[in-house]
Amino acid sequence: MEDASQLAIEARVAEEQRHHSVTPFFWVWGTLLVLTAIEVYLGYQNMEPKRMLSILMCLSIVKAALIIGYFMHMKYEVSRMKYLTMCSLVFCLAMMMVFFPDAFRILYLGVR
Amino acid sequence: MAEAALPRNVSAIDTPAIYEPSLFGTYSKKIGMWLFLLSDSLTFGGLLYAYSYGRISISNWPTPFHSSSIVNATIMTGFLLTSSLTMVLAVNAAARGNGRNRLLFLLATMACGVGFIVLHAKEWSNLIAEGLRLPIFPAVPHQETASEFVNVSKTVPQFAATFFGLTGMHMLHVTLGVVYLGVIALRRKFIPILFALWLVAWLATPAYSPFHYGAHVLLIAALVCSLILWLKPKVYDAADVEVAGLYWHFVDLVWMFIFPLVYIMSTKIV
Repeated sequence: MEDASQLAIEARVAEEQRHHSVTPFFWVWGTLLVLTAIEVYLGYQNMEPKRMLSILMCLSIVKAALIIGYFMHMKYEVSRMKYLTMCSLVFCLAMMMVFFPDAFRILYLGVR
Repeated sequence: MAEAALPRNVSAIDTPAIYEPSLFGTYSKKIGMWLFLLSDSLTFGGLLYAYSYGRISISNWPTPFHSSSIVNATIMTGFLLTSSLTMVLAVNAAARGNGRNRLLFLLATMACGVGFIVLHAKEWSNLIAEGLRLPIFPAVPHQETASEFVNVSKTVPQFAATFFGLTGMHMLHVTLGVVYLGVIALRRKFIPILFALWLVAWLATPAYSPFHYGAHVLLIAALVCSLILWLKPKVYDAADVEVAGLYWHFVDLVWMFIFPLVYIMSTKIV
């Protein structure tokens, strides 16, 4: 037996979604395909790796934002939900970057 | 002290009242799925960082993916992106109460997911046959010992470890996503299909293939799903479809980072 308040919220969310047009989803899908095509095109260019990595990561972040915003409906959530989830995620992922200087140390100084 | 925590008017507990609004403006199941996805993001984040660490620190990092691999991975990406579109249409159809469209779009999403898995398995099988392998994989009979991929596995073992670890974890997520959607779409009717898929995947793959053993994931999934559907049979509503959709889009989202980092950045165009 589910909580009545939960059922009421579910009904409200479904009601909101009934008013969403599906047209933006097709636009987002098309944009994602175009961005993927650009990535593949870049793969066939003999570009310097650092430059290529920067461009690819920028494109991936744009694609991720489109998927989270539109497909995962984050665009339609309340601000509290948006900022708490996304800020904590970005912070935790950024913290993992602390290991990268060590990778460069190995590259330039060798393993000692 | 315990009495002090009780409301002054105890009889008010049983009377209908205005419910406190949700802190995040949505229902608990969805918040629960978001929390799971945030933790899963860190799992994939760790694997992607491990791959990138190796990519930076090893000067002779291999670039083994030829044009055919890139074409294959691009089609796989197309499958996942299209599956996300059909998933969002299934969520919309479920919210509108259109049961037929909901079922059709869920099945279309599953079909795209299966297409992705089949292409990915084909890619893995080709790489393994050419010598890119992990030590735990069974030996492939009559394998060329001097191929390019055998050298890659020997000289830079981190490549095979991070490649199979990362893409294998993702493939597992896609497989479980297809099972999840199958249960939401077909409920009990999906269980015999799942057992049949397990048998086909197990018997149709050679004994030296990692998929011969990996197929047992489907058996475990079938047993767990049978237990869940037996203990808590229910009709899955629009909220359940939306929550399943969140998981599916996440799988798509992760691939948007794996594809450029692992495939495009390791391309060898001849």
